Amino acid sequence: MKREQPFDPSAALRKGRLRTPRESRVHERYLRHSKKFPNIWCAGCGIGIVMGAIVRAVDGLQLDKNDVAMISGIGCTGRMPVYVDFNTMHTTHGRALAFATGLKMVRPEMKVIVVMGDGDALAIGGNHFIHAARRNIGLTAIVVNNFTYGMTGGQYSPTTPIGARAATAPYGHIEQSFPIAELAVTAGAAFVARSTVYHVRELEKYIAQAIAKEGFAVVEAVSYCHTTLGRINHWGTAPDMMRRLKEQSIPLKRAKGAQSETGLSEKEEHGKIVRGVFVDRDIPEYTWLYDQIIERAQKAGSSSNPSPTRREEEVA
Amino acid sequence: MTAKPTAKELLPASGGLGGTLMQGDEACAEGAIAAGCRFFAGYPITPATQIAEVLALRLPQVGGKFIQMEDEIASIAAVIGGAVGGAKAMTATSGPGISLMQENIGYAAMAEIPCVVVNVQRLGPSTGRPTSPSQGDVMQARWGTHGDHPIIALSPTSVRETFDLTVQAFNFAERYRTPVILLMDEVIGHMRERVVLPDPDTIERVERPGTTVPPEWYKPFENFPSDVPPLVPFGEGYRYHITGLHHDERGYPTNRLDEIQPWLERVFRKIDRSLSDILLYDEDGIEEAETLVIAYGATARSARHAVEMARERGHKVGFLKLKTIWPFAEEVVEHASARLHHVVVPEMNLGQLALEVERVVGRHKVRRVTRADGEMIQPARILAAIEERAR
Repeated sequence: MKREQPFDPSAALRKGRLRTPRESRVHERYLRHSKKFPNIWCAGCGIGIVMGAIVRAVDGLQLDKNDVAMISGIGCTGRMPVYVDFNTMHTTHGRALAFATGLKMVRPEMKVIVVMGDGDALAIGGNHFIHAARRNIGLTAIVVNNFTYGMTGGQYSPTTPIGARAATAPYGHIEQSFPIAELAVTAGAAFVARSTVYHVRELEKYIAQAIAKEGFAVVEAVSYCHTTLGRINHWGTAPDMMRRLKEQSIPLKRAKGAQSETGLSEKEEHGKIVRGVFVDRDIPEYTWLYDQIIERAQKAGSSSNPSPTRREEEVA
Repeated sequence: MTAKPTAKELLPASGGLGGTLMQGDEACAEGAIAAGCRFFAGYPITPATQIAEVLALRLPQVGGKFIQMEDEIASIAAVIGGAVGGAKAMTATSGPGISLMQENIGYAAMAEIPCVVVNVQRLGPSTGRPTSPSQGDVMQARWGTHGDHPIIALSPTSVRETFDLTVQAFNFAERYRTPVILLMDEVIGHMRERVVLPDPDTIERVERPGTTVPPEWYKPFENFPSDVPPLVPFGEGYRYHITGLHHDERGYPTNRLDEIQPWLERVFRKIDRSLSDILLYDEDGIEEAETLVIAYGATARSARHAVEMARERGHKVGFLKLKTIWPFAEEVVEHASARLHHVVVPEMNLGQLALEVERVVGRHKVRRVTRADGEMIQPARILAAIEERAR
């Protein structure tokens, strides 16, 4: 009887017995080979899954890498742009959307993707988040929500669940949390969706829809931090927390108020992560509107609003 | 008999006696457009609001863009983002706003992003006296953001000079790939003067140098021979990384001391080696002087008046007006005051640039004339300080 060999996918690949779908290697065309890997994220982290979903979404949309910018703030998620082969900018804490707003104004033809963590987007950057949504400027905001400040060691963030313990909430967290997607809808975003790093194909689809959208588009990618918040709360390992995302999330159509026979009651829905597209509406995009302003200003001509600049010879 | 010009004839649109009646803030906005500024992001604040108002009107006329952001932090961030996109970009604010902008000014210094930050100084600290002038942000302009970094700061004395120095600020920003601060003050910003602006065709505009290397060779932070590596805008086929972390020549984060130290040396060297270009000042009567007056900004107007009064009284007074505040004109001041024992430094603060003058010429030689209550320094006080030596 032949002894069973441990499964080795690379050996199988070499022998041609296992065909890897094209999609699983797409990321290699989008990562910076001149940047030394491995990345800074902990083994088991969900941020890499979001990065993979983004590059596959960009690939699916067949965008030219030269026309894509990725801008981030500070934190674990803030480190994502350095690894991807776009026009990338790692800015200051909370301000990524404001930097991106300037870039989008000057280069409206570019696809500007902004990646932020929950603390970056909603605590220090909360004001920029709601105003970018209100303005409906054509940025794609991807918020990786791991419910904590991972890089600094598990302090409570605007999305930390009430009752959880955190490095700065040793007696339990007493603040309500922001529902990111719902906040973005209310603030005026053109497209808002939420998925998790477990539902990676769905996440990729939502990110692609968001990038394709003209207007401010938000995707909340629910993740976890097993090395800080998860450890402090004894939520288990990365696979345990991944499993929780699977078990504790429900599609939007089953959520409260949804017109569906399978809709859950309020009690059943409590504590669940609702996944889906929350809004997808057509409202005029900001840089497009500004182009109309330029047209109007130039049509009005210099006669009605003369430049105060006068040439020397005119007055000589 | 020649009739006196009517009020209507004196209005800007009529031409009248020639020139235009203009505020310093308006001259700043027009200077920015003349320099090629095509993106402005700002937030309303007295006494800098007029700059934003003029640019909201004027920028779209020339194909540029204006945006009012949600705060000053967002404004400077958007300006940096716009500059990375290739536009000449500016923001304008006053004390409270400039305090908020400091972190991102440091980002611009770290990432070497050309941009212009106008600070129309008002009396602080905190909300202070919003409609009153001050020169209280001189040291903040130099050291406001955390960490060692080079900076250029210019300070105009008149409406016309505000126009010229705004153009110059953009030119320095692009030439040296650095944020440049234009230190105005409430008097200069709100004062109206008759000005004749230069022919736009005669204005020197520095454009951002491009690179000649293909994208795969391009290093945005290279130790370039000129110490100023070209910055290619995003979206032009040169995909690279910008970060506020210490970085290597390609822009990737680094903790290697052999990459951090050369960067630090280069960014200071690029300013230091070009002082002859960057240091702008006016001087007169230095050679025969027994007393030297060093002034800048609105205070230089009082100082000029005091110097003239002193000369009428027979005193030998030299006058040095600094337009470039940072980097500090050490050698210029040192040379001008070498033979002298009496240097008068008037300023609308409790002695900020005077600290630099004292460092260069010696504390015992410097007579500070200070005021930090939101009112200008009268020429008589400066004259009295000049005459102290004569007594």
